[in-house]
Amino acid sequence: MTDRDSRPEPAGTAALGPTLAAVAAGGVLGALARHALLGVLPPRDDAVDLATLLVNVTGCALIGVLMAVLARRPGAHPLLRPFLGVGVLGGYTTFSAAVTDATAAFAAHRPETALLSLAANLVGALAAVWVAGGAATALLDRAAARRGAA
Amino acid sequence: MNALLVALGAAVGAPLRYLVDRAVRTRFRSVFPWGTWCANTLGCLLAGALTALPLPAPATALLGTGLCGALTTYSTFGYETVGLLRGGDRRRALGNVAANLAAGLGAALLGAAVAGRLAG
Repeated sequence: MTDRDSRPEPAGTAALGPTLAAVAAGGVLGALARHALLGVLPPRDDAVDLATLLVNVTGCALIGVLMAVLARRPGAHPLLRPFLGVGVLGGYTTFSAAVTDATAAFAAHRPETALLSLAANLVGALAAVWVAGGAATALLDRAAARRGAA
Repeated sequence: MNALLVALGAAVGAPLRYLVDRAVRTRFRSVFPWGTWCANTLGCLLAGALTALPLPAPATALLGTGLCGALTTYSTFGYETVGLLRGGDRRRALGNVAANLAAGLGAALLGAAVAGRLAG
């Protein structure tokens, strides 16, 4: 990634009202996708919550790709990042469910499930951002170089 | 029905996360992503409280899946942590992971303890 400052600056330069509306609309879509996945893969008491793990890993892969694309498109619509990044992906992924999955397992005297859940979410999420973001950046740079050479 | 409640909760949770992040950023100009940390910790406190209450499914959909799910984020947390790593700031990256996990777990346990006591 080219941006050394990891802090995404206050997402977008649009006015507060439209930004909040874009974040809310995106957040609803992301949360509904997560809710649908929870319906397909309902959490079990004796195992890691797979739906939460899946949304967190795929959501992290997608934000890696999104930020790589947006970094190369300075002219993108100012509401695109609030909508897709803060809204859709922020609403799709969840930190609280990953944490309460672990505390519930601890409370049920399954510390190994709790630790596995915490580790799987963390390692899966960071690896997904790293790999997907890196791959997207490499592909976009290669495409740009090819366009430049042509 | 539950999907509608999830949507309603998320329509509040996601903009609330944006506002928390924005407020923290303007007050503390730090390279450390405290804004996401605040939203995640706050969401875990509430989510922990919900686990200790005998709530019907619609309430869990609204407040748990919807509100807490959208108030907290793994994608921004992951992106910010990897950003610190790629920038060579391993210490802050590790600190961010430790701070989010420790505060999240602590807040969830605290929320559950307080809610459990209030519920009798």
